[in-house]
Order: sequence, then structure tokens, then C-alpha cells
Amino acid sequence: MKNPEHPFRFVTVSYLTRIGNQSATTLSELRDGLEKCSDASVFYHTFQSLGRYHFLTEGFSNDFAQWVLAGLNCPMLAEQLAAPDIRGYLTLSDMRTDLLRITDEYCRSHPEEVDRLAFEPFHFLESIEVTIPQTWEAWTLEEFRHWLEHLSNESFHYHFLVSRLRLGLRTNDFSVWFENELGLQPLAQLTNRIDVYTNTLEGARAKLYTFIDRELAA
Amino acid sequence: MTLTQSDAHLMSLDAYVPLLGAPEIDELRALAAQLSGRTVQMVNSTAMGGGVAEILNRLIPLIQELGLRPRWDVITGGEDFFEVTKAFHNALHGGPYHARKENFDLFLATNEMNRQRLQFDSEFTVIHDPQPVALIEARSWHQGHWIWRCHIDLSNPNPEVWSFLRPFVYRYDGALFSSPEFARQLPIPQYLSFPCIDPLSEKNVELHPECIKEVLERFGIDPARPIVTQISRFDRLKDPIGVVRAYQIVRRYMDCQLVLAGGSASDDPEGEIVLEEVRREAKDDPDIHLLNLPPWSALEINALQRASTVIVQKSLREGFGLTVTEALWKKKPVVASAVGGIPAQVIHKHTGLLAHSVEGTAYQIRFLLSNPALAHKLGEQGHDHVRENFLITTNVKRYLTIFLHSLSQS
Repeated sequence: MKNPEHPFRFVTVSYLTRIGNQSATTLSELRDGLEKCSDASVFYHTFQSLGRYHFLTEGFSNDFAQWVLAGLNCPMLAEQLAAPDIRGYLTLSDMRTDLLRITDEYCRSHPEEVDRLAFEPFHFLESIEVTIPQTWEAWTLEEFRHWLEHLSNESFHYHFLVSRLRLGLRTNDFSVWFENELGLQPLAQLTNRIDVYTNTLEGARAKLYTFIDRELAA
Repeated sequence: MTLTQSDAHLMSLDAYVPLLGAPEIDELRALAAQLSGRTVQMVNSTAMGGGVAEILNRLIPLIQELGLRPRWDVITGGEDFFEVTKAFHNALHGGPYHARKENFDLFLATNEMNRQRLQFDSEFTVIHDPQPVALIEARSWHQGHWIWRCHIDLSNPNPEVWSFLRPFVYRYDGALFSSPEFARQLPIPQYLSFPCIDPLSEKNVELHPECIKEVLERFGIDPARPIVTQISRFDRLKDPIGVVRAYQIVRRYMDCQLVLAGGSASDDPEGEIVLEEVRREAKDDPDIHLLNLPPWSALEINALQRASTVIVQKSLREGFGLTVTEALWKKKPVVASAVGGIPAQVIHKHTGLLAHSVEGTAYQIRFLLSNPALAHKLGEQGHDHVRENFLITTNVKRYLTIFLHSLSQS
């Protein structure tokens, strides 16, 4: 393990949810909304919904898929919309493109469902992010582990998942610091492979503790 | 009314650590540190009774503990003013109403009287609900940040009343709504702010099993058999008769008891009529318990919810539905109608089950009674959902976030 040149700087994050003036009551309106909504809205309904509902580890991926299932009773489309893994996306526009493509293909093959009214409307919402640098920082792996315990789930999600959009890389803040500052490439890779779809955020964090403890004991 | 010794007995933030974990509370402190010493003024129309006063009673001490300088003012007005605002309230919910000019004049005069009586010099002013909305007149040119917190459903307002109130709303920096369903298209930013419950209040705090048993015995409810419960006023919009009919369908297949427990109907003539209708529908079934509880029954409601096998909220129309929040917090499987704020809480098949009819409600109750493991899982996930989104601490966080966001925009 090498000595870092830069510490890991923890951030506290909090989100405001802005109510847009867009909603959908049919599949066709969802499709239009997906095309026109802001990036902040795509973020809210995909990246952030995974954090908001992190305690659901089965069958819940994003708000679009959930609404298509519960509001429109289209399980096939719901499964397809749930499939894109947010870890595979470095920009929200790529995510939007894929969600649109899936919806378009379904609408083409199921025209009879396109204008069917949903049980309840889908409201396009947006995230507004407020970040505050924490007063504490980590210069060693021991310190990192200590301060990680002080991080809320929302801030953990910010460093672990939202960081992809900020970094523009298929990695996260923790892995970047492990690899670049501590020279711990295997730990960085293990961390990046933690599955947030089948783990709660507490579960993901517990896995990270295990990896760090193993590294510290080595 | 400013924060006084009457609040001293309330729980401090540290009391929430065992329920939420230290990081969540530490994070509130980190956010609040950026706002230390900032002044906040909350204004509403009642100091006691009603959900808003209940929330402010908890919110203000917590914000103060976090180092901000909050103040809570309650507007005053004559009975005639509150009759007008009650009529506005019903009209904003979509009820028919023909307002007269003198109603609007009285509304404005009372707001003006309060504007002169109260001091408005805080950095953040939060005006709750329509009654004091015209206090925005007190704002000097772009002074401070003014937010309108609307706790009611504005999705289908009476056009006459809304046209009157709208120009005042437009002058705020932003508006907070309890659900996207309740918002309107406005030229100012609108934010989502869910209502909340206090997990340490008498209605939600953990109870000793003996206490629960005592309450069941008092009401003649058998703790050994499944209990299906709906907690709500005896109000047609809560569809108590629909609940009885759903229960009657369930009873064709399995044994259970029904508890319908609501607030006192003594001052509500329609409530008495509805209760009588429900009694007729119940047809002397000894397993249907109709409990007309007085307003100070928080502990009894807590015990009934905790003793229940399944909790139902079969409303035809609903605000946010805090009885659902309370049930989910107690890890109970919930069957509820997809109306108002309920779908935000009951994520179908994840944190509960949604239904759209008497038959659907009956089916979902049967399903949960027959699948206790799944019911348990829904209850657990419902509890987590409330912990993340609908507790008083989340409400504090949302206010801190909107204050920080407002500062960043100025």
C-alpha cells in the first residue's frame, strides 16, 4: 500500500425533489415524457430511485419499470425497462436513449397497449443535489474505514454510484482512491463489483467493510 | 408563539439514533452546520390540533437543536375568518362553493391584521397552507426566502377560490407539496415534501406486549385469531362499508376479526350517520369491532395497529394517508386503495398491496392471511420505506436542503 498524495474527501449529499409539469397516463405519454424530460428527471427515476428504494432487493430497478408494472400491468415491458444496469452508464443521455429504445420497440410490437389508461399517473420528478464537504478526510485505509461508518446511506450512494456520472468512468469514488492513491487495484476492483441490485446499501457497505478488513489484515 | 419551556420535554436528536443510526443524525448536523444561526419563521393557523401543528411541534425543537434560530407564529382571526378558510379548504379540495366578495375581503383583512401584528424579518419564512398565504404582502422587495408549504390536495380546486389565492402563491420563491398528485402547474418551483410521523410519539413508539394485550382485552378482541384493521374516521370517503364487505368476503374462506377504529364522531353529525350505516352493514357480527375512540386515544390506536395481522386503508379519496405510514412503520402488511398519497407509500408487491375494489381488497387480505412469510416481508420493507422517507427526521433534512438550495440560488 503506498502513501496517498491526496486524502479521500467525504461529502454529505442531500436531494430535493422538484415536481415537474409533466406526467403520463398511458404508455405513449410515458414514451413522450422520456424523450422530453430533463436529465435531472432521468437521474431521479433511475440512479436515485435505486438509492431511494435500496432496501428492495428483488424486482425493483427503477421508477419507470415499477410504474409500467403496477400502473399499466405490462410485466414484459417492466422487465425490459428494469434490465439496464445503471453501472453501465456514464451519461444520462445514454440511459435515456436505451429506455426510449426499449419503450419504442414495445410500443411497435404491442400497439393495442399504447393508449391504454393506467391505474394511476406517472409524474416526472427531478432531483436537485445539494452537497456539503465533510470536515473529516481519510489519509489511510484505517481512517477511511473509520469514516465510512459515519457516512449516511444517501452519501454512500453518492460516492458509490452517482460518482460514475461525475467521473465519466465505469468506477466509483472509493475504487478510484484505492487504486490511484493507495495502489490497491484488487481492492478497487472488488469494490467496484459489489452488486447494488441484489444488496441493500447497508449490505453493499458491509461487503466493502469485509474487503477492507481483509486488506488491512493482509 | 416562540419555542418555550413547553417543548423542553421533547426528545432530542440523539433519541433517534437507535432507530435510524448515528450517520443519518450526524448528516443532519453536517447540513445544519452550514445554516448555523440562520433565522427561520414558520407560520400556520393553529397551535394545537391538526397534522400541521403536530409536525411543527416536533420540527421546531429539532431545528433549534441543530443550531438554527426557528420561530413559530400562529395567525389569529375571528370565528368568521376560520369559517371562511374552512370553506376555502373544502373548495380547494374540489367541493362546490360560491364565494362572496365579503368572504374574500374578510380573508384579506385578517391576513393584513396579522401582517401588522407579526414580525417578518427571518431569512427563511415558511407559510403553511392557504389561511396565511396573503402574508407574502409582508415581504419587502426580495427580502429573505419565502416558501409556501401546501399540505392540501390542490389537484382539482374550485376555480373561484383558486383564482383568488393564486396571485399570492405566485409571489413565493417556491412551493412544497405532499404529493405530485396534489400539485398544480405553477410558474414557481414546486418541490415534494412528504408528510411524516414521529417514531417516538405515543402513537408510534414501541409498546410492551402487556400493554397491547390490555387494550385488546378492553375492546373484547381475541389476540389468538387474525385481526384485520382499518383506522380512520367514520367518513364515507374512508369507505368503512366497503371494508366490512371485503371482510365478509374474506370470512367465506378463512377465520378473522375486523376492527374499524375511528375518531370521535360526537361533534360530526355525518360521522354518526356513517357509523350507524356501518353498524347495519355489520349485522351484529360479534367479530366486527366498531370502536368510536375519543381524540386522546393515541396509545390505543398504536396498540390496535401493532396487534393487527393485516391493516387496510380502503379510502375512496385520501390526503396523504398517515395511518398507512403508521401501519408500515409498525411492520404491518397493508392493503390500501391507490388514491391520494397512498401509492407513494404502498409500492405494490414491495411495501404492501394496492387494490381498486371491494373484491380486490378482499382478495389481497386473503392472500396476506394465507402467506404470512410474504406478509412479513412486505411489512419489513414497508418499515424501511418509512424510515427512509416519512419520518420527522427526513422532514428536518428536507427543510435544511431547501434552505441550502435557496441560499445557493440567491
